[in-house]
Amino acid sequence: MTATGERLFEGADWDFQALQRIHDACEEVALGELGLDVYPNQIEVITAEQMLDAYSSVGMPLFYKHWSFGKQFAHQETFYRKGLMGLAYEIVINSSPCISYLMEENTATMQTLVIAHAAFGHNHFFKNNYLFKQWTDADGILDYLDFAKNYIAQCEERHGRLAVEVTLDAAHALMSHGIDRYPGKKKLDLRAEEKRAGDRRQHEESAFNDLWRTVPAGKVKTRSVLSAERRRTLLGLPQENILYFLEKTAPRLQPWQREILRIVRHIAQYFYPQSQTKVMNEGTATYVHYRIMSRLHEQGRLSDGNFLEFLQSHTNVVFQPSFDDQRFSGFNPYALGFAMMQDIERIVTKPDEEDRQWFPDIAGKGDAMAVLRDVWANYRDESFISQFLSPRLMRHFRMFHLHDDPTEAGILVDAIHNERGYRGIRRELARQYDVGYIDPNIEVVDVDLAGDRRLMLRHAVVKGAQLQETDTKRVLQHLADLWTYDVSLVEVDTSGNVLKEYVVSPRGVSAAA
Amino acid sequence: MYIVDRRLNPGSKSLENRQRFLRRAKALVQGAVKKTSQERDIKDVLEGGEVAIPLDGMTEPRFRREGGTRDMVLPGNKKFVEGDVLPRSGQSGGSPSEPGEGEGEDAFRFVLSRDEFVDLFLDDLELPDLAKRRLTEAESVSLQRAGYTTSGSPANISISRTVQLALARRVALRRPRRETIAELEAALAECTDEDRRAVLAAELEALMAKAKRIPFIDPLDIRFRRFESVPKPVAQAVMFCLMDVSGSMSEHMKDLAKRFYMLLYVFLTRRYRHVEIVFIRHTDRAEEVDENTFFHGPASGGTLVSSALAAMSEIVRARFSPADWNIYAAQASDGDNSYADSELTSRLLTDMILPVTQFFAYLEVGDTSGGPFDMPDSSLWSLYQRLQAEGAPLSMRKVSDRSEIFPVFKDLFHRRTKQEKVAS
Repeated sequence: MTATGERLFEGADWDFQALQRIHDACEEVALGELGLDVYPNQIEVITAEQMLDAYSSVGMPLFYKHWSFGKQFAHQETFYRKGLMGLAYEIVINSSPCISYLMEENTATMQTLVIAHAAFGHNHFFKNNYLFKQWTDADGILDYLDFAKNYIAQCEERHGRLAVEVTLDAAHALMSHGIDRYPGKKKLDLRAEEKRAGDRRQHEESAFNDLWRTVPAGKVKTRSVLSAERRRTLLGLPQENILYFLEKTAPRLQPWQREILRIVRHIAQYFYPQSQTKVMNEGTATYVHYRIMSRLHEQGRLSDGNFLEFLQSHTNVVFQPSFDDQRFSGFNPYALGFAMMQDIERIVTKPDEEDRQWFPDIAGKGDAMAVLRDVWANYRDESFISQFLSPRLMRHFRMFHLHDDPTEAGILVDAIHNERGYRGIRRELARQYDVGYIDPNIEVVDVDLAGDRRLMLRHAVVKGAQLQETDTKRVLQHLADLWTYDVSLVEVDTSGNVLKEYVVSPRGVSAAA
Repeated sequence: MYIVDRRLNPGSKSLENRQRFLRRAKALVQGAVKKTSQERDIKDVLEGGEVAIPLDGMTEPRFRREGGTRDMVLPGNKKFVEGDVLPRSGQSGGSPSEPGEGEGEDAFRFVLSRDEFVDLFLDDLELPDLAKRRLTEAESVSLQRAGYTTSGSPANISISRTVQLALARRVALRRPRRETIAELEAALAECTDEDRRAVLAAELEALMAKAKRIPFIDPLDIRFRRFESVPKPVAQAVMFCLMDVSGSMSEHMKDLAKRFYMLLYVFLTRRYRHVEIVFIRHTDRAEEVDENTFFHGPASGGTLVSSALAAMSEIVRARFSPADWNIYAAQASDGDNSYADSELTSRLLTDMILPVTQFFAYLEVGDTSGGPFDMPDSSLWSLYQRLQAEGAPLSMRKVSDRSEIFPVFKDLFHRRTKQEKVAS
């Protein structure tokens, strides 16, 4: 690239031509020098109020209506008005084309930063990371959301707002347990959805044959034949995707209720990769915007003043307060992600002896971007940290590991950033990002088909952390309303002892009617 | 790459969600609104503002874990070494799980707009059916824009509309543009070939003739702004607060009265652009006072209700012509009145006051001890009841406790069916 030296803009004001120039300049660096591979970009300029709107419906442009989003909005508006909360500079949506929202209040420098960050950093990550490839369908999501919104609006018209609201409330309560963690991806596509519904109906019609009624039944299966084992296989138990289980097997749900559960489940699934890749996603985007902005400055397309403005907000973004700081609220994914990306770049280009020992595969390989692109494509937070967190960074952040056992008198400092502690700290930090540990492990284990049709759930208690009682009762109430028979949940520790048992009965039939 | 400007899109996409939220939390929010409004002055009561509602019922529960053994990796180690045991109290080392943690905040705070606030406050109420009387009387008239017309006074010419039409006409009739003529003239000046010159000259002449035929602005194009006169409803109201401040009225009773006046004020402000309040307090004689004196000023003496009514009627005559003002009156009293005054009171009320007022409410306030049904009918109550039985349009209620104010107010202004209206 030759230094063109022509400024992209002067001062803080921007117009649409400037946005276009900024985007083109960023694109030149991102695709040409960093070798990124992105979805086509769509940049949307919005007002602060619209940003608040987007915030409160989980950042999605078209989302169905529900009071909880209004509650969010009211809450955030209060904070925003009081000045307690700044708004994010941008929201980006994993779709194709990749939509980035820019706030109109941003200065030209901020718009450049945001375009580099969202339209290239996040965009590349969305398109290439294996989790997103596996779990989300960027082409279909906007269509699907549109379908969901219309479908739910239709249901409200047909079955009443209240009935839909009750179903949605229940589905939302179970949303975190509506995720398939293992199998392949589902197509979220309006046409496919419609076709599927049609096919199903057609099959039912074509497969109907009155003769089947006359075929003599075999030997009546005794209870012993239909053993618990077989019943559970038939029902696909144990099942950790509770929403899926309800959608398929809840005895008294209306078809539209099943469809609503399905919609909520799909949306939960769509967000599943994002929760697993916060550090990587933000790290990638921050690293990319840092590279692009530096390059633009080198080329003379950004003035020194604008670059300083950028550095100031960049520094704010990647600030990591210490644990005893008032501002501390866990690791800042921007800070950790960006530091790790830069560290990988250093290891690849200028490794020292320690790096060669810890990272023999990548140390001194020379092409930092190739290594980073590979990392971005093939890891999630947990594996990324357990592979690439270097001793140097642990020293830099001065990490230490605390072990808090309520039965002990105090909290034990288990490891610190020294030779003996590196691996322990890295393992523990990686575990903090492991979704398998973050969400409580709750499964549907059985249904008492012969008796009172009670749905049985089990929570496998890990490290003595039991469920919070009030909330659990409320969620189970929702679950029972959908199931329409009793629901029980037992908390079992690793050695099989039952710690606690909940039994909840449905509240009348209004939810199912 | 596409850039889309979404700023022009209709805003408040969340409005619907917000309304759903308010609808769902209605009972709670209404309670909060009432509570908030009790702490305010009469005039501020309308302003929207922050309300807090209990989170209960608005929760979005999730399966969450608490307690147990916890491991965490934190940044910013300064002095710890492996094997240190930190005391559990205090901030150091991340706060261990506290009892009740995760119960969430006890209150959910958010801001209601002024309209939402008043809507919730006055949900389900309406002014009694009374405007009819006003309509027959002469009302002021105001002008309102009503499109365009082809005739009118020069002052009302709508330039933009006129030019727009002229432009459309010129385009439609293909009036030659000035630039075209200028070009042709230049070409003619430069041209040396005789034949060509003749052609150009002819063309130019034709264009000039056409330009002359088709005027830049034709009288046909001219449009005038049109105005219509519409009758303007009387948009102002005056509210008379009459209160007995004799020794028998306790602070508690005054507080009850204040709350009632407050509600009435809010309610009227919703209907009328401009609402004045007149405070008249009376013992055995009446005087007009400001709000503070009205509620807090000390006074003593006997009780003559007629004095207040006379004062009110005097003020109405002097300052508030019934043709221009909607007049509302609310009287609060403990019901004491000297028997000798009854005759005068009833005459004043039926002859002077009721004919000019839209609405007259009498609120009998009692002490906290007894419910409204324990209160024996006072002299004033009996008098008014008699008047009401004779067909005088006045509303009356008894109140003895703060919590009854709102129900009573609601009851007075409750949306009624036709039959009820006749009955009341």
